[in-house]
Amino acid sequence: MLDAARAGESALLIAPTGAGKTLAGFLPTLAELAATPREGLHTLYVSPLKALAVDIARNLVAPVSEMALDISIETRTGDTPANRRARQREKPPNILLTTPESLTLLLSLPEAREMFGGLRRIVIDEIHALAGTKRGDQLALCLSRLSALVPGAARVGLSATVAHPDALRAYVAPSGRSADAKLVEVAGGALPDIDIQLPEGHLPWGGHMGLASAPEIYRRIEAARVTIVFVNTRAQSELIFAALWRMNEAVLPIALHHGSLTVEQRRKVEAAMAAGKLRAVVATSSLDLGIDWGDVDQVIQVGAPKGVSRLMQRVGRSNHRMDEASRATLVPANRFEVIECVAALGAVKARKQDGDPPRPGGLDVLAQHILAMACHAPFLPDDLFAEVTRAAPYAALPRRDFDDVLRFVEDGGYALRVYERYRRLFRDAEGYMHVRGPAIARQLRMNLGTIVEQPLVKIRMRGGPMLGEVEEWFVSTLRPGDNFLFAGQVLRFEAMDGVVAMVRPGGGPGEPRVPAYGGSRLPLSTYLAAEVREIMHDPSRWSALPDPVREWLDMQRLRSELPEPDGLLIETFPRGGRWFLVAYTFEGRLAHQSLGMLLTKRMERLGYAPMGYVSTDYVLSAWSAFEPTDMETLFSEDMLGEDLDEWMAESSMLRRTFRNIAMIAGLIDKNHPGAEKSKRQMTVNSDLIYDVLRRHEPDHILLRATRAEAASGLTDISRIAALLARAKGHIRHRVLDCVSPLAVPALIEVGREWVAGGAEDALLAEAAALVEEATGGAESFEGNLNDVNEALPPAPREPRPRKRRPGGRS
Amino acid sequence: MIAAPIHIVGHRLMLCPSGVLLWPGERLMAVADLHLEKSSHFAARGRLLPPYDTRETLKKLSFVLRRYEPRHLVLLGDSFHDAEGHARLADDDRATLAALLAGLRVTWVLGNHDPAPPASLPGEAMEELALGPMRFRHIGGGPIARHREGEISGHYHPKASLETRAGRISRPCFLAGPQHVVLPAFGALTGGLDVRSPALAPLAHRQGRVFLLGKDRLHSAPVPFVVPESAPERERVDEGWPSFP
Repeated sequence: MLDAARAGESALLIAPTGAGKTLAGFLPTLAELAATPREGLHTLYVSPLKALAVDIARNLVAPVSEMALDISIETRTGDTPANRRARQREKPPNILLTTPESLTLLLSLPEAREMFGGLRRIVIDEIHALAGTKRGDQLALCLSRLSALVPGAARVGLSATVAHPDALRAYVAPSGRSADAKLVEVAGGALPDIDIQLPEGHLPWGGHMGLASAPEIYRRIEAARVTIVFVNTRAQSELIFAALWRMNEAVLPIALHHGSLTVEQRRKVEAAMAAGKLRAVVATSSLDLGIDWGDVDQVIQVGAPKGVSRLMQRVGRSNHRMDEASRATLVPANRFEVIECVAALGAVKARKQDGDPPRPGGLDVLAQHILAMACHAPFLPDDLFAEVTRAAPYAALPRRDFDDVLRFVEDGGYALRVYERYRRLFRDAEGYMHVRGPAIARQLRMNLGTIVEQPLVKIRMRGGPMLGEVEEWFVSTLRPGDNFLFAGQVLRFEAMDGVVAMVRPGGGPGEPRVPAYGGSRLPLSTYLAAEVREIMHDPSRWSALPDPVREWLDMQRLRSELPEPDGLLIETFPRGGRWFLVAYTFEGRLAHQSLGMLLTKRMERLGYAPMGYVSTDYVLSAWSAFEPTDMETLFSEDMLGEDLDEWMAESSMLRRTFRNIAMIAGLIDKNHPGAEKSKRQMTVNSDLIYDVLRRHEPDHILLRATRAEAASGLTDISRIAALLARAKGHIRHRVLDCVSPLAVPALIEVGREWVAGGAEDALLAEAAALVEEATGGAESFEGNLNDVNEALPPAPREPRPRKRRPGGRS
Repeated sequence: MIAAPIHIVGHRLMLCPSGVLLWPGERLMAVADLHLEKSSHFAARGRLLPPYDTRETLKKLSFVLRRYEPRHLVLLGDSFHDAEGHARLADDDRATLAALLAGLRVTWVLGNHDPAPPASLPGEAMEELALGPMRFRHIGGGPIARHREGEISGHYHPKASLETRAGRISRPCFLAGPQHVVLPAFGALTGGLDVRSPALAPLAHRQGRVFLLGKDRLHSAPVPFVVPESAPERERVDEGWPSFP
């Protein structure tokens, strides 16, 4: 590491958790600054988490002050107060610890060149968590800009062990080519000691929360010194936390940590944890990354891990030292998850890694970056293109796309060129692009960043503190007096006060509701999915499975058959007056949702009258009025042709993707929590823009970006393609009399239904007719209206008005 | 497209799935919240929305005018997104609009977005149009002066969601009560306000009805059947299912 630093080379350091990576990253800096103290910024540290930046700063300040070194160390995040920001701009510290968002903001300032001019080193922490995400794209573009400003600055990337180290090397290399970054790999440390904990009583068929195992989790917390209980979603963290406290007779200090709590709340928990005042903390991925929690001696993962590399990250939180084995327990929430946990254990033993290689950089992020760079200083398009393509995620960016994005930033990029006078960029005589005015720069800085949140509402205790934020739609479903679970307590909703939901301590009869949060599900990795298939098919591997799961699989073998690793088992059976089709696809929920849409469309065409479908990480289940028989046609590969295009155009997922892209690219403003609610109806609806754009400019750069993103991530089309190819000629169709054991978990999920796109009108008509029937078709104005009104006939049966004379005077 | 009849203070009105209201007795058509030139309004502020909304809205308006051939067109306010909107109309859009309005009695009810009449376009402009017992104003829901007065208004861009077999579906809607109708916004880039929102409370009577706009027809339900808009992806809590038999 020091060798690379001395040579001024960039390097990627890959080491398992606990190997002291971060310190290694800073060693050359400390050595250099200790030898020759100096003014100004020397080392920039970028981490994906604010909390991590703060934690590292704390860990650096202590030794530096002990050794009485004259090195200034400061953090710069969204939470940094304005006066310190101003001071940092004038007199930057020697070491600045920050996040990709704050770095972008700094680079968009006119004085960026002066601020970063003397930079020697850039440390990028947890790079595996950034590469392949939009935040990673943003950071890559910023790094490229830094290299242009200060060509001598060397980069050091720090990463956990990953499946695709070369992609990360390319990310670290200033040229964007993997060969140009040195690879320093530290061999894996002691294998972790992981076991699986099942609930004492019945092993649940469905559900993802793992509440049935709460007593066992509590017992393990009691038996250990300090435990981190990792869960997969924020809702799950609230439920597990509540369940643990219900049985917490010993009043163990157990805390809660998730991304919707206020910063102060989270800091308090982090500080208590670091000070050794807690016995356990229930946490989501907000605690995933390298924060050092000192004396954690056990990690409990509730719910299946969904990926091997992710599991290793979490397990590494315990015994944050390389030479000792980490201790962890997996708590599967249902039977499929048991198999997944067993598969994950096997992978850990074999030191496998999983995860997809990073996808190419997003064009929306590029649009934001171009405007930010124009805010810094005028640029020549050719220079910026060269700079951008030196960032690994954009290494293969076609010039045409760059030019289209640039034109989008300039004037919207529409064929109809009517925005001449509203241009955001203008070109001077020498070809330099300038930003039009300070208003545009202000607007950019307000909307900087690639994290697009659902509109949020703050939660405040009446006469007390702010507790955190929940998604607006959830609050909109609350009535005054409703109880809900948040920040580890039952709260009673009282009223909205502007954009703040006022609450009091709640309680009383009835289960409190739990706020759910959009998009917080983790996808099941391809590797684990394949492993699950292998284990299920091979009874010789069942010895690792607990009895109830083995019996379950045995019963499946008896009543139907087991899914093959390289084939596709489909069961159909009648139930409750409809036909169910259950496909054992194992491609993860995202892919299943997309596949379900396409499948029901196809079922419709074949006349099976599909009524809905539901997907889990493991299976896809659809139900219809008539018996589906022709599986070869239903699951044929051409499903990904026209059907896909047609669906993509209408899909709500595409709309959501477009909305995010439109916000990041700067077509519409981000939702700012705290903006006046009354303005909501004046903001533009991205769905409507999407429709207009699709009709008038189907090839617009933002639509191209939307389709590309949906195909790779959101809809997981590539996994569907792989599945259909695998299944071709290997479909096993079993017609059963009743539900099979393996199909039960899927049927438990039924209730959250999706129906093929375009059927909305039919559904509405059906709903309206039902309401009509339920209310006896009674005119609801009746009573107070009898004097002036005739009965209003039910709308659905209204005759068509005559063509030329609407309504006439009939 | 199938329009639905509704009776307000003894007069028969038709609600059209396109979002316009017809008063056959007067051969009158009312349309609300066109918000023409919304995209250029945003463009001037650095948000370069697709510049096709005016064109789209006019195309839609042209379709319903041809279809219903009214004599009197009442624009219920916010016809332009801002006071200067009419001045920003592209030449061809202006010509299209002028042609659409030719030969019609045109009433521009003034709205909060366009408080001044569009000087360059034909028609009369007023705060409120009174026609028989009917009052056409931009913002409804104030105290109704006389028992037998009906009120036709816009402004709120009402939308509503109904529970269907496959989850909640949200659409722009008419919101009708015994003595009033609130029209949905007609403009191509106009979003909506949920009828359950407090701002609409005075107009969303429990005895009222919503008429959700469908492709070819309206889907109607009493106001108490309206549900909050559907949530994004939800996590489910479902534990403790019985053992397999």
